[in-house]
Amino acid sequence: MHELAVAQALVEQVEAVISQHQATAATSIRVRIGPLAGVVPDLLATAFPLAAAGSRLQHAALDLVDAPIKVRCQTCGAETEAAMNRLICGACGDWHTQVISGDDLLLESVELETSPTPTS
Amino acid sequence: MCDTCGCNLTPGNKHLAFKPVAKGATAVSVLKGLLAKNDDQATHNREHFDKRGILAINLMSSPGSGKTALLEATLTALKDEFTCAVIEGDLETENDAERIRAKGVQAHQIVTGTACHLDAHLVHDALHHMSLDGVDILFIENVGNLVCPASFDLGQHLNVTLLSVTEGDDKPAKYPVMFRAADAMLLTKTDLLAVLDDFDPDKAEAHLRNLANPAPVMRLSARKDLGMDAWLTWLREQLAAQRARVATGQSRRPAIQADGVKYHSASA
Repeated sequence: MHELAVAQALVEQVEAVISQHQATAATSIRVRIGPLAGVVPDLLATAFPLAAAGSRLQHAALDLVDAPIKVRCQTCGAETEAAMNRLICGACGDWHTQVISGDDLLLESVELETSPTPTS
Repeated sequence: MCDTCGCNLTPGNKHLAFKPVAKGATAVSVLKGLLAKNDDQATHNREHFDKRGILAINLMSSPGSGKTALLEATLTALKDEFTCAVIEGDLETENDAERIRAKGVQAHQIVTGTACHLDAHLVHDALHHMSLDGVDILFIENVGNLVCPASFDLGQHLNVTLLSVTEGDDKPAKYPVMFRAADAMLLTKTDLLAVLDDFDPDKAEAHLRNLANPAPVMRLSARKDLGMDAWLTWLREQLAAQRARVATGQSRRPAIQADGVKYHSASA
């Protein structure tokens, strides 16, 4: 259950983005999580309100986007989808592959609320 | 068309309007790793190690698979050759650090309380309680857990994952995130294979290969001093490789984190 630590890291990062853009709050947060990141999306969604309580993103909607596992074969060059515990090439069956998607743990984007600046 | 007040929305296209961006709202693209702060600290830790020419190894496994017993045997075998130091991670007690100190080796115990893993900040704090002068190899014994420790870079150069033969040979298939991160897999307590009829070392290795992991697999028993030579030889090779990297100003991240970096920089 390290998802709380991950949620706290997320809150810190979004707080930094809010400050950087002189915004007042975040309204929506988009995070991409691949199965190989070792973070369970449902548990992160449960931990998020605890970590965000009292922060400028406590009312933000958390949008968790899945990143399917894909591997590139170093033997035949094919790019195929793979299962979490079977990262072999879907075309030739070789295990000399490289994961090109599915280990993501990425803060993609944030929607911010800015205080209305008086314009003439 | 007016994109501000929503007057371009009709009943026909309304479902396509994902979210009319309200006045006073901004969408910001970030594309930053969620654990960036931990990773920055880990990079800083690694710089500490590289500056002193230290090889840092993160030992991970389930509880009771023999991490501390492996360390005791390893430290005894290497005591005239290298200076080692150990960071121990447990939820409670100084027991493991005391076992290491009994071997005459410097050890610092991190007591995590309820936390299920070490992170780069905990390791950094521990380094402030240790003397790294003259140390050749630093072993970090992570909290016994096959899940959480795999997600946190500590600043180590190598991950070594232990699998004891009493646990079942399909552990790499059940805990792929952990075993994918291994730079070496050690099958421990192999002296017990004689009385276990359901653990096949070849199957364990095949499950590891299914994770596209080329890491060497070594079979050993620390208590009965079986197969220790291959492990000690591997350690000597890794220390030599680390010294060669340091001499040319290079460093090394554990296999899996390096993969992530490659992917993210390629897609950015």
